[in-house]
Amino acid sequence: MTEYFPPALIFFFGALALPFLGGKIKNAAILAVPVVAFWMITTFEPGAGWHYQLFGFDLTMLRVDKLSKAFGYVFTINAFAAFLFAMHLRSRLEPMSALVYIGASLGAVFAGDLITLYLFWEVMAVASTFLILARKRERSYQAAFRYIMVHLFGGLCLLAGILLQINATGSVAFDGFTVRSLPTYLILLGFLVNAAAPPFSAWLSDAYPEATVTGGIVLTAYTTKTAVYTLIRGFPGWEILMVVGCVMALYGIVYAILENDMRRILAYSIINQVGFMVTGVGIGTAMALNGAVAHAFCHIIYKALLWMSAGSVLYMTGKSKCTDLGGLYKTMPWTLIFGCVGALAISSFPAFSGYTSKPMIIEAGVHEGFYWVWLILEVASAGVFLHAGIKFPYFVFFAKDSGMRPGEPPKHMLAAMAFMSFLCIFLGVYPQPLYNILPYEMVAHFEPYTLGHTLNQLQLLMFSALAFFLLLPMLKRTETISIDTDWFYRKGGRLVYSVAAWSLNGINEWANRVLAKQFPAFLGRFFANGVANSQKLFLIPYYRTSGLSAEEEQERLRNLSTSFITGAFPIGVPVLKAVFFLGVLAVLFFI
Amino acid sequence: MKEKKVWDWLDYPQNIRKVRIVFYIVLGLLVVPDLFLHKHALFHSYETWPGFYALFGFVSCVLIIVVSKLLGFVLKRKEDYYD
Repeated sequence: MTEYFPPALIFFFGALALPFLGGKIKNAAILAVPVVAFWMITTFEPGAGWHYQLFGFDLTMLRVDKLSKAFGYVFTINAFAAFLFAMHLRSRLEPMSALVYIGASLGAVFAGDLITLYLFWEVMAVASTFLILARKRERSYQAAFRYIMVHLFGGLCLLAGILLQINATGSVAFDGFTVRSLPTYLILLGFLVNAAAPPFSAWLSDAYPEATVTGGIVLTAYTTKTAVYTLIRGFPGWEILMVVGCVMALYGIVYAILENDMRRILAYSIINQVGFMVTGVGIGTAMALNGAVAHAFCHIIYKALLWMSAGSVLYMTGKSKCTDLGGLYKTMPWTLIFGCVGALAISSFPAFSGYTSKPMIIEAGVHEGFYWVWLILEVASAGVFLHAGIKFPYFVFFAKDSGMRPGEPPKHMLAAMAFMSFLCIFLGVYPQPLYNILPYEMVAHFEPYTLGHTLNQLQLLMFSALAFFLLLPMLKRTETISIDTDWFYRKGGRLVYSVAAWSLNGINEWANRVLAKQFPAFLGRFFANGVANSQKLFLIPYYRTSGLSAEEEQERLRNLSTSFITGAFPIGVPVLKAVFFLGVLAVLFFI
Repeated sequence: MKEKKVWDWLDYPQNIRKVRIVFYIVLGLLVVPDLFLHKHALFHSYETWPGFYALFGFVSCVLIIVVSKLLGFVLKRKEDYYD
């Protein structure tokens, strides 16, 4: 295995070399990195290599099997297309952070143990944040801050789980977990945060649409799909994931329908699509897991294509809200066509890539007799066509005429979209190469193109389209945002802040009034005539108990004060008192 | 310089009408084979009804849109809500 080279390191070296390259050489180098990495992955034989020692553990940088290879292929293919799309960039910050980010996700996919996985996991979180910061807007800075905070939280859950797991089992192995206990649940939570499972999903729809045009395309593929990979590796057949996945599939649709920003619609549809994959992991049979891998593979490609199409519109018009867009088919026909290929693929329209992968998950659920899973996934399939398949192209390219006549994006962007469109159609009509790289041996054969299947799917989709156009008045775009679970740390954070401000400032105010002003004033008054006042402190209770009337008490106190002020004071009594107290002290001292 | 011709085919109502008619014909044609095909039920016998998936898709989408619309009353906020 030592003759192989970890693909992650190629990307890291590429990022390091970038500042020293310029012009065309820089662009060629950026494109060469994923090509070289892809070629190297094709030569990998199953096994493990690149062992190293850290913190006293024997760790493995490179674990190759069919599962890691499948993700390695699609990660590098997508990287090539994304870099081709981003060829116009002059800044080096974005390509560099993208190289590190993609490299780290390849590192995570090929990681042979939990600690290596964790290290790459955190590099991914940090590097990806720069793709949001690169937009250089106040909104993006804030979104990036929230993004990294959520990922640090997820990373800490993962780290805590890993440490407890090592403590419990003494092993850093990362294979299917069987014991259901605190450590494995913490690891699962860490993975699910990155998979954007509600309620930890808002980071995705919050941050990705704030990224740059090209950064958004890179971001869509890696964080969530690395999480899907880790779930397939670590938690196959955990039933809870079926519930999580079904919730994600429906949740993404509802929010995508409500949303106005085109890239936010696509961000929510990532959550919806990852929901299908997570459900497949929860079903856990060979066909379901293969379906999850195949769907991740196809999804990365068509989702990047959709983001490229939306990115081209944003790049050419500077607008991303559906209310500002519309009628662009007139001057951006190629962008429209490529966007529609992506839209048909995500809707798993027959002859496009989603159709050869998603039904595999649904059929696996049917084989296991999960009626509810089948029902929800079919409803969600119809919903995908609604929000991503029709809503996105319709409101951006058709609907009302916005009056904008932007023209097509630069040629390299069109080339990248053409490349991805080709893959979507290729995998749709000839899925065999994809099926060959799927990791698990299936007992039952899966055949997408039966007459019954195809007809059912076409009916489902076309009548969804009918519902869309009949209910179009209900779908009218409004200039609104929808509150999601990020409310808790955006508004909730402010609530905590104002409650804290109110209570802590209140305490501060009270302390200032009482301790800094009233109490010293009182002490001052008391000690202005200190000896007399101290005497009174003892004498008043004495007078009260000995039955003096109020006038007599006042009389004596006045006399006392006068005696102190004039100094006319019988000396004997204080001396007697002093002797008495000294006597008491002496007794206390000697016993 | 000659102005570049813009593709504005959908600006004309008669064209939109054509699209709509083609769409309805396609919908009809998709259901016709169900009358002659023998389908296997996955869970319940009603899945073998002609046009079941058409109805399923339509009803699902109507439900999704209505539910989303209702949730929208609770969830939608002005764009400057967080500012």
